[in-house]
Amino acid sequence: MKTDRRGFLKIGGLGILGFAARPLVDVLLRGDLVEASPAPDTLAGKRWAMAVNVSKCKEGCRDCIVACHSVHNVPDLGNPKDEVKWIWTESYKKIFPEQEQEFDARGGKPVVVLCNHCDNPPCVRVCPTKATFKRSDGIVMMDYHRCIGCRFCMAACPYGSRSLNWRDPRPFIKKINPEFPTRTRGVVEKCDFCVERLAKGLIPACVEACKEKALVFGNLKESGAEIREILRANHTIRRRPWLGTGPQIYYIV
Amino acid sequence: MAGIIIFLCLITFPIWYNVTGGKAEYVPDLKIVTQEKQCVESKGYMRNNHMQLLNEWRNTVVREGNRVYVASDGRKYDMSLSRTCLKCHVNKADFCDKCHNYVEVAPTCFNCHVVPEEKKS
Repeated sequence: MKTDRRGFLKIGGLGILGFAARPLVDVLLRGDLVEASPAPDTLAGKRWAMAVNVSKCKEGCRDCIVACHSVHNVPDLGNPKDEVKWIWTESYKKIFPEQEQEFDARGGKPVVVLCNHCDNPPCVRVCPTKATFKRSDGIVMMDYHRCIGCRFCMAACPYGSRSLNWRDPRPFIKKINPEFPTRTRGVVEKCDFCVERLAKGLIPACVEACKEKALVFGNLKESGAEIREILRANHTIRRRPWLGTGPQIYYIV
Repeated sequence: MAGIIIFLCLITFPIWYNVTGGKAEYVPDLKIVTQEKQCVESKGYMRNNHMQLLNEWRNTVVREGNRVYVASDGRKYDMSLSRTCLKCHVNKADFCDKCHNYVEVAPTCFNCHVVPEEKKS
């Protein structure tokens, strides 16, 4: 058989097209695959956030801190170097740098701070084992099982929201809550927005403990939520928003 | 030739000594003091695969946020070591530890997960 240039190209072209057949069949048959059904209480359609009304916050009150730390078995190691903290207080001028001025009475006032559950969390980006990850409902969560204690996340977090367990925390927990695991030496920990309570339909322990109702927690994607109303009606500031992390703790100062 | 046979006898001594002495058949005597009649899956499956099952539970709960396990017979369970496994197997020392010690494995589960107060049985 004599093949000219034109005939060769035709056959060659058809041959190459044959390679496309398999992917095409795969695409067309995909309809038969069983899609994993989403869990009943799906995380999509949620974006948890918190508003902190600093003016309502009573000075010297530690209710939220005590509640959180007892629920989550956070140890009290008694010295600031080893300190493990999920929710704590910092002075106003320290958490809102460039916003302070000399005559502001709020300058030294302690303000409640916790993990900001950022939209664009730097801790997640740097974690080499994916132990820290962002859930689809916006919660930046730790998988303690995977943490190797490298502390990259601690270096990356601009809010100091993370603590490493330098030593075994168990002996330093006053009363262990059997419902929640403790951590072990060499693991980083932080606020998890009470995922275990949210799963049961409860609000975070700190919000529940606050008698002054200074902490408001809610779903930003729910149009009628209290938090949406608060963010709509008030001027709120966030910690270091210019870093591009998209913090989700809103402060009414 | 005789040397090889003597050598083989000596090197296999621990094996046949334990077999004839009945020690090879030793299985740890686990006490099951559960209220439930059946575990989440069959006994054989749990014996062979509880570690994989627990790993799967861990990943599903922590990473996907799904806490409900649907067993192969359709019953539903809360995927929790402390609240589901240990609620039934209240005797960790006589159940988990006994076998883990025998096969010399040291799972790190309980470095963090809290063992509920054990009742003296």
